[in-house]
Parts: sequence; C-alpha cells; structure tokens
Amino acid sequence: MTAQPWRGVAAEQRDEDSAAAALLRSRSRRLLGDLLAGSRGRVALTFALIAIASLAALAGPWLVGIGIDRGIPPLSRDGDTGPLLAVTAAFAVTVVVQAIATRSYIYSMGRLGERVVLDLRKRLFAHFQLMSVSFHDDYTSGRVISRQTSDVDAISALFEDGLDSLVSAVLSLLLVGAGMLLLDWPLGLVVLAGFGPLVWLTAWFRQESAIAYRRGRESIALVIVQFVETMTGIRAVQAFRRQRRNDEIFGELNSGYYDASLRSFRLVAVYAPAITLVGNVITGVVLFYGGLRVIDGDIKVGVLVTFLLYLRRFFDPLQDLAQFYNSFQAAGAALEKISGVLAEPPSVPSPASSVRLPDRSGGGRSVRFAGVTFGYRAESVIDGLDLELPAGQTTALVGTTGAGKTTVARLLARFYDPDEGRVLLDGVDLRDLDDPALRAEVVMITQENFLFSGTIADNIRLGKPTADRAEIESAGRAIGADEFITSLPGGYDADVGKRGGRLSAGQRQLVSFARAFLAAPAVLILDEATSLLDIPAERMVQRALRTMLGERTALIIAHRLSTVEIADRVIVLDGGRIVQDGPPGRLLAASDGRYARMHQSWQSGLA
Amino acid sequence: MTFRGVAISLQSVPPERSRGQARLPAQETSAAALRRIGPYLRPYLPQLAVMLTAALVGVAAQLAIPLLIKSVIDGAIAHDRRGLLIALGLAAIGLGTAEAVSNLIRRWVQGSAVTAIEKTIRGDLYAHMQRLHPGFHDSWQSGQLLSRATTDLSAIRRFAGFGIIFFITSVLTFAAVVILLIRLNWWLGLLTGCVFAPVVVVCTRFERRYRVLSRRAQDQQGDLATYIEEAAAGIRVLKALGRRREAGRRHAEGAAGIYRTQVDKARMLGSFYALLDLMPNAVIGMILLLGAFAVGWHELTLGGLVAFITLALQLVWPIEAMGYILASGQEAATAAQRIFELFDTVPAITDGPPAGETATGSAPEAAATPEIPETPETPETLETPETPETPGSPGSPGSPGSSLAGARTSQATGGTQLAFARVAFGYPGADGNVLRDITLSLEPGKTLVLAGATGSGKTTLLQLVPRLADVTAGSIRLDGTDIRDLPLDVLRARVACAFEEPTLFSASVRENVAFGAPEAPSEDIAAALAAAQAEFAYDLPWGLDTRIGEQGMSLSGGQRQRIALARAILSRPDVLLLDDPLSAVDVQTEARATRALARVLTHTTALVVAHRPSTVLLGDTVALLDGGVIAAVGTHSELMASVPAYRDLMTMSDEPGDAKNEPLPRIRAG
Ligand SMILES: Nc1ncnc2c1ncn2[C@@H]1O[C@H](COP(=O)(O)OP(=O)(O)OP(=O)(O)O)[C@@H](O)[C@H]1O
Ligand SMILES: Nc1ncnc2c1ncn2[C@@H]1O[C@H](COP(=O)(O)OP(=O)(O)OP(=O)(O)O)[C@@H](O)[C@H]1O
Ligand SMILES: [Mg+2]
Ligand SMILES: [Mg+2]
Repeated sequence: MTAQPWRGVAAEQRDEDSAAAALLRSRSRRLLGDLLAGSRGRVALTFALIAIASLAALAGPWLVGIGIDRGIPPLSRDGDTGPLLAVTAAFAVTVVVQAIATRSYIYSMGRLGERVVLDLRKRLFAHFQLMSVSFHDDYTSGRVISRQTSDVDAISALFEDGLDSLVSAVLSLLLVGAGMLLLDWPLGLVVLAGFGPLVWLTAWFRQESAIAYRRGRESIALVIVQFVETMTGIRAVQAFRRQRRNDEIFGELNSGYYDASLRSFRLVAVYAPAITLVGNVITGVVLFYGGLRVIDGDIKVGVLVTFLLYLRRFFDPLQDLAQFYNSFQAAGAALEKISGVLAEPPSVPSPASSVRLPDRSGGGRSVRFAGVTFGYRAESVIDGLDLELPAGQTTALVGTTGAGKTTVARLLARFYDPDEGRVLLDGVDLRDLDDPALRAEVVMITQENFLFSGTIADNIRLGKPTADRAEIESAGRAIGADEFITSLPGGYDADVGKRGGRLSAGQRQLVSFARAFLAAPAVLILDEATSLLDIPAERMVQRALRTMLGERTALIIAHRLSTVEIADRVIVLDGGRIVQDGPPGRLLAASDGRYARMHQSWQSGLA
Repeated sequence: MTFRGVAISLQSVPPERSRGQARLPAQETSAAALRRIGPYLRPYLPQLAVMLTAALVGVAAQLAIPLLIKSVIDGAIAHDRRGLLIALGLAAIGLGTAEAVSNLIRRWVQGSAVTAIEKTIRGDLYAHMQRLHPGFHDSWQSGQLLSRATTDLSAIRRFAGFGIIFFITSVLTFAAVVILLIRLNWWLGLLTGCVFAPVVVVCTRFERRYRVLSRRAQDQQGDLATYIEEAAAGIRVLKALGRRREAGRRHAEGAAGIYRTQVDKARMLGSFYALLDLMPNAVIGMILLLGAFAVGWHELTLGGLVAFITLALQLVWPIEAMGYILASGQEAATAAQRIFELFDTVPAITDGPPAGETATGSAPEAAATPEIPETPETPETLETPETPETPGSPGSPGSPGSSLAGARTSQATGGTQLAFARVAFGYPGADGNVLRDITLSLEPGKTLVLAGATGSGKTTLLQLVPRLADVTAGSIRLDGTDIRDLPLDVLRARVACAFEEPTLFSASVRENVAFGAPEAPSEDIAAALAAAQAEFAYDLPWGLDTRIGEQGMSLSGGQRQRIALARAILSRPDVLLLDDPLSAVDVQTEARATRALARVLTHTTALVVAHRPSTVLLGDTVALLDGGVIAAVGTHSELMASVPAYRDLMTMSDEPGDAKNEPLPRIRAG
C-alpha cells in the first residue's frame, strides 16, 4: 500500500493485519452477541418462525410421496378419492402455514436486523465522537466515514437478504438429512456422502473469501478518501488543474478495488458451480440406486419421488448460500473492522472515578501546566512547560509559527494528554475529570473555523445547546456579526451552505466566535479567532471580549498584536518553551527582548 | 451556456438539497433509467452473449433431468430394466456436470464484466464530478455524491451482474417449462401456466410500492452519510465545544429515520416473499390432486406425474428470480437515476471555443509564454507609480526568491495584463449581486492590492479570474482576451491562487506543493518553499515525503498557509492571486515572507487581498472594495490621506471616542 509515493510517509500504518484473522473473528462474534443481547426474545421467535417455515416446506415433498403411494392406487383401483383428498388437504394446510411463517420471519428478521444496525450506527458514531483527536489525526475521516457507511450497509444488507437464508439453509440441511435417513437409511447415506466434498469446499471458500473481502473493504476505503477529499477541495483541484493527475490516482485506487472485488467474484464463480456439481452427481446416483431399490421392492416409488424432491431442498439452499455468502462475508469483514474500531480504547480515556471540581467562586478557574512535555511524533513539541494562569487572568500567547501555541491550547482542552507532567484545572488533573465536566468549563475556538450545514442560528447554538433565540441574537449583536447576518436573506435562519460555504471567511470566523461568546465558559481558549477579520471587525470583537471576559480565565493566541491589547499578560513561546513572560508593558520595555522585537516588526508593518 | 442559466436550472432542484427532502420527481420510468446503463454494457456484449449461452445450456440441462426421472419411473422401474437404469443414471450425471460447467463459465465471465463496468462508471463519475463547476459542489453535499459513487453503484453492479441474465433465463425457463408441461398433459399444463400468470400482477404492484421506499432509504442514507462526514471533518470543533451529545442526538434522528424505512421495507418484502412461496406451492397441491385424477383416467403416467411435479417446481425459480430481479431492478433503476442525475449536470464552466485564434497552442506550457499583441481597449487604466514601493532590498543574489524570479526573465519583457470590465457577479440563489460594475486594470508585472471589509466580495472577485465561477455580466480579460474564450487548462495554467483557507490533501508535502504540476523539478519546489518561507518542511520526520494529515491537520496553521502559498507560486503563473496569504503567520515570518514575495511578484501580475497594512505593502496600487463596488483606487498613502473609509479599515487605533475604554494604552506608547 506504500507503493504510492505521492501519498507520502506517515507515522502509523493503520491497515489491519489479515494474519490476525482468527482473533478478529472472535472479537466480531462478541460484538454481534453483544448487539443481539437485548433482543434474545426476538431472536428466538425469528428462529422458531424459520423452523416452522422450514418444517412446513419439508412436509410438502413428503406429502407428495404419500399421495403417490397411498392416494393414487385407491383412486385408480376403485375410484376412492378419500385418501387423495386427505393428503391434498394436509398439503394445503402446510402451504398456508409456510406462507404465514415466511411472512412473519422475514419481517421479524428485518426488524431484528435493523435494530442491530441502528444500534451499531449509534455506537459507532458515539465511539468516534469519543475517540481522541490523535486517533482521528491518523485514522482519517475517510475511514471514519466508510466504517459508518459502507461497512454498516454491508451488515444491513446481510440482514436484509442473507441471514434468513443462512439460517433456513442450515435448518433445511439438518431436517432434510434427518428426514431422508428416516425414510430410507441406505439411500439417505448415499446422499449424506455428498457432505464430505461440501464441507471441504465450504471451508476453502470461507478462508479465501475472508481474505478477499477484507481486501475489498480496505481498498474501497481508500477510494472513498480520495473521492471525499477531491470533492471537498474542489476549488483547489480545479484552480490547479489537478483533474488529470487525480484521474490517474483515482484510477489506481479504483483498480485496486476492482482487483479485490474481481477476486471475490471469481471465488463465488468456482464455489457455487462446485456445489451444483456435487448435488447433480448425487441426484444421478440416487436416481440409479433408488431405482434399483424400487425394482428390488425395498422402497416404493413415492419414497424415491420424495427423495428426489428433497434433494432440491438439500442443495438449493446451499446455492442460495453461495449467492449470499457475498453479503455474509462482506458483513463479516465489515464487522471485523467495526469491532476493531470499537475495541480501540480512547487514548484520552475517561477517568475510572472522576473528581468533582471545586465550586466556582468567581467567573473563572485557574489553570496550571506542571512540567508538561508533549510531542505528536517522536520529537517533543512542548518541552517541560511550567505555566500558571490564575483565575480571571487574560493571557496572550504569542510566538513564531510552529512554536507550539496551538499545541498548548489543545493540551488545555484535553485533545491530547501530555507525555509527561500534568495539566491542572483548579488543581484537578484534567485526566481525573470526566468529559462533560471538562467541556462545560473549558471551551476552545479552534484555528480552523468549521461550520456545519444548517442555519446560522444552528451554528451559533452549538456554543450552548439550550440557548434560545434571543440569546443567540444578542451574542451575534455583541460581537458585531448582527449587521451581516440580518442582511442575509433569512437572517439568522439563513442556510450557511455546505461547511459554511455561503459565508465569507471572515463571516465564518465571526459565527465561530459567536459560539464562544454564547458558551461563556470558565476558561476560554481563542486560537487565532480573529485572524481573518478586517480591522474594524476585530475591534468590535475585542470590545465584546473585554466585557465578556471579565472574571473568566482566557488564553488568547494571536499573531496580530492588536489582540494582545486586551491581555493582562503576554507569554512568548518558542520551540515549545517559554522565552518571555510578563505584562505587555514590561515586555515592551525590555527593548532587545523577543516581544519588543515582534512588536517593532508589527508596528513597522502598520506604517 | 452561461453560468447563470445553468445556475437557475440547478436551482429549481436543490437549493435546499442539503436538508434532505424530496428530490427529483420520479418521472423517469425504471426501464428508461436502466436503459441508460446500456452504453456501459455495450463493450461487454460478447461477454453477455457467452453468459447467455452458458445460462441457456445450464437451463436446458436442468430441464432435461425431470424427463430422465420420467424415463426412470415409466421405463426402467415399470419394466425392470436395470441396464437402462445405469444409462439414465450416467446421463443424469453427465447433464449435471454440463450444468455445473456452464454455471462456472457464466459466473466467471460475469465477474470480470460486472466489476469492470462498475470500475468504469465510478471512474467516469469521479472524472465528471471533478470537472463540474464549484457552484455545483456548493449545493451538493459530498455525502450525497459519495453514496452515489458507492452504494448506488453497487446496486447497479448487482443488477447488471445477475438481473439481466436472470431476467432472460427466467423468462425462457418459464416458457420452456410451460411448453414441456403442456406436452405432458395439455389441460393440466395450460392450467398451471394460467395460475402462475397473476403472480406478474402481484410483482408489478410490489415493484411500484417498493420503489418509493427504496428511494427514500437511499436518500436518508445519503443524508446520514453527509452528517457523518461533517461530524468526522468537524470533530475538532465538536470536541472543542464539547458537543458530543448533541451531535449524537442529531445523528440518532437520521439513523432512526433509516430504521423506520428499512422496517417498512422488510414488512413489504415479507408479504411479497410469502406470496411468492404460496403461489407455486398451491399449484403443486393442485397438480397433485388433479394429476392423480389424470393418472386415474390414464391420461398421464405415474412417471409423467412425477416429472410434472418436478418440472412445475422448476417454475418456482423463475418466479422467485423475477421477484429478486424486480427488487434489485428497482433499486438499480433508482440508483441509475441518481447517478445519471449527476452525469446529466453539464459543467457550467467550460473551455472557450476551440478556435486557434485565442491561444497559441493547446498545451498549457505553450500558452504559458504567449506572444500577445499589446492590449487594446482596456477600460480605465490605472496609473501606477513608476517605482513600485516594494519593501526591503531587491533580493541579493542566491537569496530564496531569486531563482524563481530569475527563471521568469525570459518572460520579463512580456508580462500579462489583467483587466476587469464592468464585471458583476451574483451567487445563484442569493438575491442581488455581490459584485457590481467592477472595472480594474492590472498592468503587466504590477501588483494590485484589494482591500475591503469582511464580506465585501474580495474572495468572490478573485475566484472569477480562474473561472471557478463565471461573471454574471461584464468580462475579465487576460491580455485583451476574454477569459471565457480561453481553454480552461490554458487559463488555469496562467493563473494560480492561494486561497484564504489553505486546502491541502492527505498526501506528501511534495505532492501538495507540486499539486498543479506533478512533474515539477525539485529545484522549483525548493525555490517555491523558500519563497513562501516554508523551509520547515525539510525538518518534518520524512522531509518532503512526510504525509501531512487530512486537510494538512498535522501542520500548524501557519505552516499550512505557507505550503499553500508555495503551491501557488511554484508554477510561476503569469497571474498570481493571493487571498490574504499571510493571515496565519507571525509578524516576523510575515515580514520575511513579504520581502520574498515581493521579489516573486516583480514580474508577475498579481492581485492580493489584504486585511492588514503589512500585506498592503506588497502592492503597487490599492483598490478599495466597498459593498461590491470599487470605491477608490490609489496608492496606500493616497488612500490613507483622502479616503476616510480606507483609513478606518486600515487603522489599528480605536476611534477617539473609544479611548477611554482602552485599558492598555502602553502598547502604542512603546
Ligand atoms: N497533529 C499533528 N501531528 C503531528 N505534528 C503536529 C500536529 N499538529 C502540529 N504539529 C507540529 O507541531 C508543531 C507545533 O504546532 P502548533 O500547531 O502548536 O504551532 P502554532 O504555534 O500553533 O503555529 P501557528 O502559529 O502556525 O498556528 C509544528 O511543527 C507542527 O508541524
Ligand atoms: N456561495 C455563496 N453563496 C451565496 N452567497 C455567498 C457565497 N459565498 C459568499 N457569499 C456572500 O458574498 C459576500 C462576499 O463574500 P466574499 O467571500 O467574497 O467576501 P470577502 O470580501 O472575501 O470577505 P472576507 O474578508 O471575510 O474573506 C458575503 O456577503 C457572502 O455572504
Ligand atoms: Mg496554531
Ligand atoms: Mg475572503
């Protein structure tokens, strides 16, 4: 998979290892059992219905045989229709029973399956939401999406058209086998001899197709990543005439998927006819040997007919199985990957027993970084950081690009846990707080402002889900976004379009900012939250901040030193270490200091 | 075809597409939708022929077996002929082998044809999608597009794989069986055939109702996929705001909708399959009863009756297959509609007329150094100062920018003129134009800075140049040629841009920088990285081969922006468009980048959006965009002196009235 140099090298290759197949299977079995645990009753009911339908279906050929042996002779001998009518009536009953049972089990299985799928969807979504940012960093959203779409669909498809046929095939095999042995055991043994090749064939098929399907799912995930990335970045793609190169890349990925699915098609192409062959050979043998036994008077013709009819019931479901083994394997492979993801523990785990934060005295909380070291990869980005932010203080974090400012912010928002040291909120290690408690206290506005499709009001409400309309509008007003919002058709109910595409970049940033304003948490982190605004808009935002921050603790990251104006304290970060720390005035006075030089560059830029 | 025209026709369908309500009216019949897959099947006609032949051989072998059974009962058993029994047994095995082999052939051929077809359609779809104008993508969720390229395509594959062959063979099997039955016993055969007829009616009714549900399910799945995708892409925002529960709730709503539809589908399928079981079994019962009388009346032999029953059982398969075909055909038809709905969307932005008079050649390289006649009638030429106010010294030899600048000297004599003539633009669906009557001219090699408040239309104006959207009125000219008359590739080879939000891809740094020119030599990449102050890339764990995460998420904000900047200047465009290119870098890096950029810009015509005075310094002239019109044009100092709106936009200090709110005046004091 690394044969694609354009992809570049990443720290971790997350492609699942197919050698661990056995382990994976037991893991997915556990998941399935877990998913079904709540609906044991329905499972039992469904199985019972399938059993009834199968039994009713098996009664048919048996009754036909009886009809031939016991119904026809009296009829042709002395016109006695009684036995024939009785058999036919019994036949009619089985037909009706079968129809009713079939209808019920399909519906019941459908409901059962859809429950499981619904449950699975919810679990997966919740799990991905719970997983840490570092997980998402290298799992990539393409995989996240394909786990939740194509993989779940595969499982849904299994329930829709595969599982009932699997169950009824197995039941038919057992029942028909038993029935044949009961009717005439020598002939029955001949049929059961066919089992040997069947078992061998099926074992081979299972093994091969497990590999093939896993490859298939992996390659489709790559296709999806490429597809989504291209469509999301369509402007860059077109502006840079990337289409042809993309066609090449996509062609390569698409071919990978093609190879994988071709392989699985071919496996079925061999397996299904092989089953047919076994069935047909046995039919020939039964015809011959059964005929002999009839001639010898060991059995009646009706029994032979029942056998011949049963043979169809014996091998046809197996045919179906080959047909549905596709969906079966696909679902198995999908389940493997899903169970793998679900088994992955969050690298930012919830505490076993969470600690309650002390009650908030003022509006803010104190924050302390104690000997924090952290790196995304091998080398550390933050190196032994010690930092205390008293409650209510507004601190500006500045420094060259790539210095680690965003990383500090992420550690405080517990996107990541430090490799060494601790981050404390009012003296409590973030690792001891459960997620909702932390999120209620610490809110970050990220450098990437991301809007969801929906209205402006919906997007602002993300800051505080319980907010009513008036609160949302007053947040908009406070930061000076009101003017542009009300000028949009629909105002606060205007649709922002896909990822906020109908707004300008600055407008998107204002909307993101309004979220923070609405959330008004104890600790607010703003990462370049005004970088895209024009100067007057930035001024508005700062005025709003000044009133809002009041007693709250704030960490403001900014390149535009104008933002620093509202800070009580400035920290200059370089290479993950603090190089200067103090009130802005004092830092400015140290004229050869880092901050003073930055400020100078900035001033000269204003000329 | 103008952008507007298409935009309007698009609009009648989607603007609320994202909300996931009713979509296309289901006006196209399933058959018509399926027929459109035809062209994709055509190259595989020989394979189809092989498949069909194999299928027919298989069916024939299958149908012969009941006749063998008849001979066994009526011939061998009735007359005690063991030799005949052996022969018949061997014949049955022979026929059975023939059936298996023909099945093998059919499936093998089918596998390659069907997967190849799926691959082709998916490739075509992707190619088509990435050539559709960005306006289209704005109105379509990529989840919807994705579900068409995956789920819908597999529905088509399933149908193309089994449906067509099954359809033909099942119809033929049905006919053949009925004929054989009639030959065994005419009235019983005829009766059997007639009893099966109503099944077709049942199937058709089922088809209609199932179709509605399956369409609904597909739409719901697409919408859920969209949300899943958004939640995955916006995971950091959701986490930062702690909105896990709300997101979960919104997802659960969508999932519950799918659940309800799927359960409805299961209910309908249950009744349908039960009927499909009931019908043939009832017929068998009838045959048993009536056939027994026929045997009693000596109209039918015992073997004939058995053959009749086994043959009639062969009718079950075609009928069941019809059910499957109808269901999957329905699904495939729906899927085909959804896919062709995309194929039917024509790119609203296409190459200019192919005539050779506009460009010197079709290859972008050839057009990158055009000899263009001095531009005639350009409206209102700007007076640009003789000496550009470029900050810093003009690059010492060997300094980062120089190799880029040097490489362009061949062109230095020419340079490209960019002119906007009474340009207006409005977004489809929004009322009124965002830009009105924009008239500007950029002389070759000059840099124009575009300033304006948030939402004033700067980005919108920029995107008109590479034709990511087309002007609603007026024209944009490159060296006097309307850009709509240039082939898109030529235009976009000459124009490069850096967007305000860097759009990066999960590939290596090298691939991202060489995004538009995959064959770019390493020296060019190095020069571009140097000019964009992006040398940090060499320090990444695998240097330029490091894969930057999705959207470049494993880089810092400023690092992303500089990679995007390097990407824009790499291809040495004639016209460079920079949308606030340094908004995410610190002041010192900004100062260095500004100096390096100024060197790059000396020979390139550039349009730069700026929010800060520091970026304004990149330009020779400044145009102030206010409420969608050009309010003023001049040098920075001229505008500062004479245009209050501009002064307000570019001044850091608060208004005098604000001074008392200012707690920290010391900053400006320093
Ligand atoms: N998810 C990640 N995986 C790996 N490396 C990362 C990741 N995020 C950031 N880095 C690296 O960590 C370093 C610090 O990044 P950070 O985002 O904290 O910088 P920053 O100070 O916020 O810079 P900027 O001002 O440009 O936003 C950078 O060198 C960056 O490449
Ligand atoms: N796809 C769209 N559909 C409808 N309206 C849009 C669309 N994109 C932008 N707009 C509107 O057009 C106006 C101009 O947007 P544009 O992005 O050009 O502003 P801008 O000058 O670049 O602002 P900023 O400085 O914030 O980047 C805004 O009011 C915005 O709401
Ligand atoms: Mg940052
Ligand atoms: Mg913009």
